[in-house]
Amino acid sequence: MTELASKQRPKRPEFRNINALSDLPSYRLPPAGWVSILHRISGFIMFLLMPFIIWMFDTSISSEISFEKFKAAFNIGMLGLPGFLWKLAALALIWAYLHHFIAGLRHLWMDVSHAAVSKEFGKSSAIFTLAASIALTLVLGAKLFGLY
Amino acid sequence: MAVNYGSKRIVVGAHYGLRDWLAQRVTAALMALFTVLLLAQVIFSKGPIGYDKWAGIFSAQWMKVLTFTVIIALLYHVWVGMRDIWMDYIKPASIKLVLNVFTIVWLVACAGWGIQVLWRL
Repeated sequence: MTELASKQRPKRPEFRNINALSDLPSYRLPPAGWVSILHRISGFIMFLLMPFIIWMFDTSISSEISFEKFKAAFNIGMLGLPGFLWKLAALALIWAYLHHFIAGLRHLWMDVSHAAVSKEFGKSSAIFTLAASIALTLVLGAKLFGLY
Repeated sequence: MAVNYGSKRIVVGAHYGLRDWLAQRVTAALMALFTVLLLAQVIFSKGPIGYDKWAGIFSAQWMKVLTFTVIIALLYHVWVGMRDIWMDYIKPASIKLVLNVFTIVWLVACAGWGIQVLWRL
């Protein structure tokens, strides 16, 4: 018995939490993984910028004077920041909303359809989500910055 | 009745978390519908959109009631989502509690502001 107890046992593998700096850069995500993490990130961005969203709702809708203030923020600037920075913030929100919206519809579709829960559909719909949100962001961004 | 609190609380099993999961989807569907309805009114209005047309969209009573409902839906939807994020990435209970409280304060304040804007129109 004593011989058995004193015997050195092989070291068992340890599984720790992944480290954001040393592990994450080497991880290669499939398209569905990108949609998933971007769904979180886009939601988080909209959460943080929520006061800006409501400020836009407030100034754009309250009166004609505030409407002019709303326009001036993007054309001239506000709080010492130039207009294009406010446009960039709006563009970030546009992307976040588009991605969250399309990825959300993909989620809902997968919740109600058994046929949609497959490896193939998961991949093709993920690529569609990424492509459509970026393409629509570019189109609306070009409009926002006055390219057409 | 079986005790289901304190040390006897059941923390795993069927239906645990189902309510929030379902609420997140129902509120998402409602907000998606609102998005489509709002976009349709913007796209199908004739001429360039100035203050009058934009404010006019939200002055209809049905639109006010719908927007109000969407703000409440958004409040719940974001709460579920943000709590998921804090639960997944923040380990210390103290920081998690602070962030959860911050999330609630942030969301209630934003919702209050939004509703105030909507109803003085």
